[in-house]
Amino acid sequence: MFATFLHRGMAAGLLAGLLCGFFAFFLGEPVVDGAIQVEEATAADHQMEASANHGHEEIFSRSTQKVGLLFATSLFGVTVGGIFGMVYAYFRSRLLSNSEWSRSLSLTSAAFFGVFLIPFLKYPANPPGVGSPETIGSRTTEYFAMVTLSLVVVVSTWYVARELRARGMSTPVRQLVVALGSVVVIGVLYSALPAGPDPGEFPAGLLWDFRLSSLGTQVIFWAGLGVIFGFLNERYARKAST
Amino acid sequence: MERSVSPKAISLGEIPWWSWLVLVLLLVVLFLALSASGDLLAPLIGKAAYATDYLHEFTHDGRHLLAIPCH
Repeated sequence: MFATFLHRGMAAGLLAGLLCGFFAFFLGEPVVDGAIQVEEATAADHQMEASANHGHEEIFSRSTQKVGLLFATSLFGVTVGGIFGMVYAYFRSRLLSNSEWSRSLSLTSAAFFGVFLIPFLKYPANPPGVGSPETIGSRTTEYFAMVTLSLVVVVSTWYVARELRARGMSTPVRQLVVALGSVVVIGVLYSALPAGPDPGEFPAGLLWDFRLSSLGTQVIFWAGLGVIFGFLNERYARKAST
Repeated sequence: MERSVSPKAISLGEIPWWSWLVLVLLLVVLFLALSASGDLLAPLIGKAAYATDYLHEFTHDGRHLLAIPCH
């Protein structure tokens, strides 16, 4: 069971990763190019060597990095899809949904909130040129701490809702209690964790466009994973039952 | 209707041992692909960390667009 869902998760994740990679390639890359121009112009203004940020790192040309984008989203897809498949194997019997299709969609939605959306609202994506290289250690730690805590919030929200349902609490009261509780916990997390990097004089419009294309990339990934994984399982379930 | 039957619940103890190994392996690959960089790892493992900059630079645009902190 675990091996089956692991394989299907990796396959679905690879396809979803490629899909969001193409989106990022066509809609995100022009914004990244714009951000790198701003970064280089700023570095020139401050009469620093271009090495301040990117200059010393020119291991790969920009066009190679754009191919690397597809590599990165595919690898992200395979690994996250594999983990998702095993988590699905564990939670499958515990979800209220009663078909493989709706189970897949509800678990990917939950994962989208926990892995991406809740952390993203606190630490939104930053283009090249925002955030200084010296703080990469703390920014990485904060981001992954936020991802872990968001996952804890999502899983405990689900667990509490399940317990309250089992105790026979009425639906409106239960949903209000659960929604309010999770919003309060997320609010506390947002104010307790340190702020993200200050974009300084980076153009606000370009920053917004970048964050929007980053959001789009992740939405496409999780939607793609839910749909493809659900479709695969649905197909095998139908085959098995005929 | 046959699909509305809930599948059998798997308890934590019934999770196959190898899936924990696979989980760790996948997390390591994910970290190398999306977060490892010389500047990040140098304080921990020294100069050898800069070897990961090849991966860092190759996956650079993907890291930024997937919203992961990148230098």
